Amino acid sequence: MDDSAAIVFLTAAATLRTATPLILCAMGGLFSERSGIVDVGLEGKMLIAAFFAAVAAATTGSAWWGLAAAIASAEFLALVHGFACITHRGNQVVSGVALNILAAGLTVVLGNAWFHQGGQTPALAAGQRLMPLLSPRAGDNVLVYVALASVPLTWWMISRTRFGLRLRAVGEMPLAVDAAGISVAWLRYRAVLLCGFFAGLAGAYLSIAQNAGFSRDMTAGQGFIALAAIIFGKWRPFPAFGACLIFGLFDAVAIRLQGVTLPGLGEVPVQLIQALPYLLTIFLLAGFIGRAVAPKAIGLPYEKEH
Amino acid sequence: MTPPSAIARPVVEVSTIDKSFGGVQALHRVSLAIEAGTITGIVGENGAGKSTLMNILFGLCHADAGEIRVDGMPMRMDSPRDAIAHGIGMVHQHFMLIESFTVLENLVLGVEGGILLSRGMAKARVEVERLARQYGLAVDPDARVADLSVGEQQRVEILKVLLRGARILILDEPSAVLTPQETERLFAILRALRQRDVAVVLITHKLREVMAVTDRVVVMRGGEVVAERRTAETDLEALAELMVGRKLRLQVDKAPARPGAVMLHAERLRLVDGRGVRLLDDLDLELRAGEIVAVAGVSGNGQTELLQVLAGIQTPTSGAITICGRRFDARRPGDPADRRAIGLAHVPEDRLRQGLVAPFRAAETSILGYQDGPRFSPHGLLDRPTIGAHCCDLMERFDVRPRLPSLRSFQFSGGNQQKLVLAREMAAKPKVLLVGQPTRGVDIGAIEFIRRELVRARDQGCAVLVVSTELEEVLSLADRVLVMVGGRVVGEVEPEKANERRLGLMMTGSMA
Amino acid sequence: MSWSQRSLPAWAEILLVPLINVALAFLVVGIIVRLIGIDPFHALGRLVVGAVGSPESIGYTLYYATNFVFTGLAVALAFHAGLFNIGGEGQAYIGGLGCGVAILAFDKYLPGWLMVPLAITAAALFGAAWAAVPGWLQAWRGSHIVITTIMFNFVASALMVYLLVNVLIAPGSMTPQSREFGPSGQLPALSGSALNLSIVLALGCCVAVWLFLWHTRWGYALRAMGHNPQAALYAGTDLKRMTMLAMCLSGALAGFVGVNELMGVHHRIVLDFPAGYGFAGIAVALMGRNHPVGVALAALLFGALQQGGAELSFDEPAITREMVVVIQGLVILFSGALEHLPRPWIMHLLPRRG
Repeated sequence: MDDSAAIVFLTAAATLRTATPLILCAMGGLFSERSGIVDVGLEGKMLIAAFFAAVAAATTGSAWWGLAAAIASAEFLALVHGFACITHRGNQVVSGVALNILAAGLTVVLGNAWFHQGGQTPALAAGQRLMPLLSPRAGDNVLVYVALASVPLTWWMISRTRFGLRLRAVGEMPLAVDAAGISVAWLRYRAVLLCGFFAGLAGAYLSIAQNAGFSRDMTAGQGFIALAAIIFGKWRPFPAFGACLIFGLFDAVAIRLQGVTLPGLGEVPVQLIQALPYLLTIFLLAGFIGRAVAPKAIGLPYEKEH
Repeated sequence: MTPPSAIARPVVEVSTIDKSFGGVQALHRVSLAIEAGTITGIVGENGAGKSTLMNILFGLCHADAGEIRVDGMPMRMDSPRDAIAHGIGMVHQHFMLIESFTVLENLVLGVEGGILLSRGMAKARVEVERLARQYGLAVDPDARVADLSVGEQQRVEILKVLLRGARILILDEPSAVLTPQETERLFAILRALRQRDVAVVLITHKLREVMAVTDRVVVMRGGEVVAERRTAETDLEALAELMVGRKLRLQVDKAPARPGAVMLHAERLRLVDGRGVRLLDDLDLELRAGEIVAVAGVSGNGQTELLQVLAGIQTPTSGAITICGRRFDARRPGDPADRRAIGLAHVPEDRLRQGLVAPFRAAETSILGYQDGPRFSPHGLLDRPTIGAHCCDLMERFDVRPRLPSLRSFQFSGGNQQKLVLAREMAAKPKVLLVGQPTRGVDIGAIEFIRRELVRARDQGCAVLVVSTELEEVLSLADRVLVMVGGRVVGEVEPEKANERRLGLMMTGSMA
Repeated sequence: MSWSQRSLPAWAEILLVPLINVALAFLVVGIIVRLIGIDPFHALGRLVVGAVGSPESIGYTLYYATNFVFTGLAVALAFHAGLFNIGGEGQAYIGGLGCGVAILAFDKYLPGWLMVPLAITAAALFGAAWAAVPGWLQAWRGSHIVITTIMFNFVASALMVYLLVNVLIAPGSMTPQSREFGPSGQLPALSGSALNLSIVLALGCCVAVWLFLWHTRWGYALRAMGHNPQAALYAGTDLKRMTMLAMCLSGALAGFVGVNELMGVHHRIVLDFPAGYGFAGIAVALMGRNHPVGVALAALLFGALQQGGAELSFDEPAITREMVVVIQGLVILFSGALEHLPRPWIMHLLPRRG
């Protein structure tokens, strides 16, 4: 009995650990997407944040400086995205893809130039990381709690504040927002900046909390899984949170199921479980399981008429 | 001592407003005063300048010259925000409502009254209930806008304007989307607003409604105010004539038509949109070889959809179309390529949206829709020399300038684009030719040319259907004129015997 | 897109704007190199020597360029249809699977002159099939092609890992890769470099795409759809089928990366051979203005960067070959998302006409 309780606890903890960056990233992405700005660049923001978090933590010796650097670097990419998509009305997907590629290259180039370890940053000591607060086995560092708190916070901001109302409005019909005398661009910039903030936290979590340093491509598609979670959660905070937990569980289970034969099913390929978030999102988008309706104005640059 | 509303004081005055778009004068020295506690109707044909004038008043576009005064003070309207601040509110023809929001959320957008929504929303709720009682604007504040009827959505728009403290309410074609019952209800609301000293401006085509609800009528034509009348001192006929004016008929030399066999026959054609509105309402139509039939009407009465359905781009909900003996219906709708194969050609209403591909070279545009035959693409390969020669030929015959088949389509002027599209469609020697707005945005020389070509096609036995909102064009071109209102043909007139007054009455739905 | 708003002369539109965009990207790269502590001009010199300094390095440059041509054409062709195919990575991967499986199945029985065309066809078919699903989902089920192609990249990656670990792995091997292809499944390569016959295929593809887009009625309809779907509909084009055609052709082109990599170099199915070529295709297409000639030139440039960058990183350990990835990202940013950035400046500088 004790054994199974321990397994449940450990699986739950592992789920939360893997879900934390997804949750943070998804909440950030929600702000951006609800304002009508597609963000396929979550991955890149998270990656660059992870890198600078590790760099700052290693050089200053403080995890908090790491956190600050993570947020600052992700915000920088967010601003570039905003500049391209809001100010210059560029293609949002192209911009996101560009930032992903840029981040993938830049982190390795700078990492190698500064530390000469093939793109890795030096291993961080315990004092340079965000350590578990209650249980080392659970890995409950501060960002896990921040992630948990970010969900109701996001929900509250989107559904209960003036900013949230306007944010939702601008993602549905920017023309109506403009006609109401509210600046579309400034609203969207704020959304994009919020997105950068959360993606920064997610990146910091990877390199200075969950792991002890940055390694190349360490996000490994988690930004896209977060994007999938947003879609799966139909662009709403709590359902997106649920999707993050499910996807986190897949990951936790995939490691446990390695080589295990399930009765009646045979051996479940780990890769199938890893691909499940993507497959489920594809099915959802195709309308086979419910319908995910995106904000109406998503991806469309807003052009004022004359 | 200010006397009661016996001497009405203008709340808003515009004086000597000029506005042109790309060289086309949309407004010319327009002056107008709007008084509190009155309902002013502004009537005019498409393109008379009504909407432009109101957009200037609402800060959506800027006048080139002239002045706007609110309560006697000159004001600049740089954006809707300024207009709102000065008490001007506008209900657009296309509602600016967010469908996934509740009514209340839509109402408070921009006037939330604080960082948190709850207090402002509660206050707005009380205010909305008060306004609803006062003016009969009943809507459920918690309903989602997407679930509301069009009439209810319009009430939300009016509430939005009132909630922002507007003293001047502009409504752009408010009854275009309403049922007669909803329209009645709207008028009751407008009268209640007048009672409370709101200045209401009603932009409309429908003269009956003007007579029913307004105190004053302003008639616009060709960007100018041509008349101002007290409603009580005028009548439908007089307004219709003022609105339409004496049409100068550009003389098109044409012999009497000799109609032949029926080439196109539409039976009980119906098209229902997503909201259940009938865009085409059991329409019947017959078109014979060797005649030009023109469909006249105020835009938005189903003419666009009629062309789309006849050309096979949209599938009708029910009904059948027979073209050159071949029958198409909802189950076997066919596509534009099928239509072309049996001799139908189509010059679409909006050449830039549909008739050509802007970055394509003129030579490429000259075969749009005809690219699949052995003439232009034997074995699937485009025969560039033949296509180039074909384009040169079209340009020569229709005087398209500059005569450069390699120029990109968007680089031609509107008139030359239109001639190119027309040339392409007529070159196919169609048995049936559909033409939407043949001369919209085309200079005067090209207009004459295009009309002559259409008559020539008719004389060679082609069945020509012209859809136009220009009465003058309809009258000078057609052998028969059909008037379309609300998705159906409400009457047929012979152009020689038609007078503007009668047509105006028909088009504005003023005749039973 | 509003065509009437464009007021720049054609030469500025075709030459000046793209050149300024690329120049901006390289300016930023120069700043990064400077920040690392290396003289950018020195680095550029080494890079050029590394890319074209010897027959071997030219061979490698051309070999890399071959991949960029395939993925660049794939993205460009889809762009012409108004579709943004970000799935080149996955389509290349699956295309390689098709080519590899065909070879593993038949290399013992078929001579090279039969085996090679068969394997190339298989690469095209598999790549096309992998792109067809997102195409179908967009045309018939309304799911957006951008998102589905992204997701399909990950699914392809998971599928390939599974197949290589469990199914295709060479008996007795510890590394997840297939057995070596027989001689009939290997493309002849230039000795001392990875350049192989695939480059002929790449050049053929350039010509074929050019012919297809501008000289066939299907290409005509495809471009009409990309620029103005309403007009394509008016012309009688079935937009759903045209979407499928565009995606299948695009996927097939991306699938040819498998030919160059597996038949030309690795001679077995290996993990992760697309190595970012799919994404780089976006940069190539944007820089090449979606024209096959432009794509070929951009591919050459990126090939040279890839090869020169690798050489440079030997000389200057402070610069890794990922510098090329940075350049790709910046090119996409400046030529794609920020393409309108220099337009107002040029407008100011050019003398007003008339």
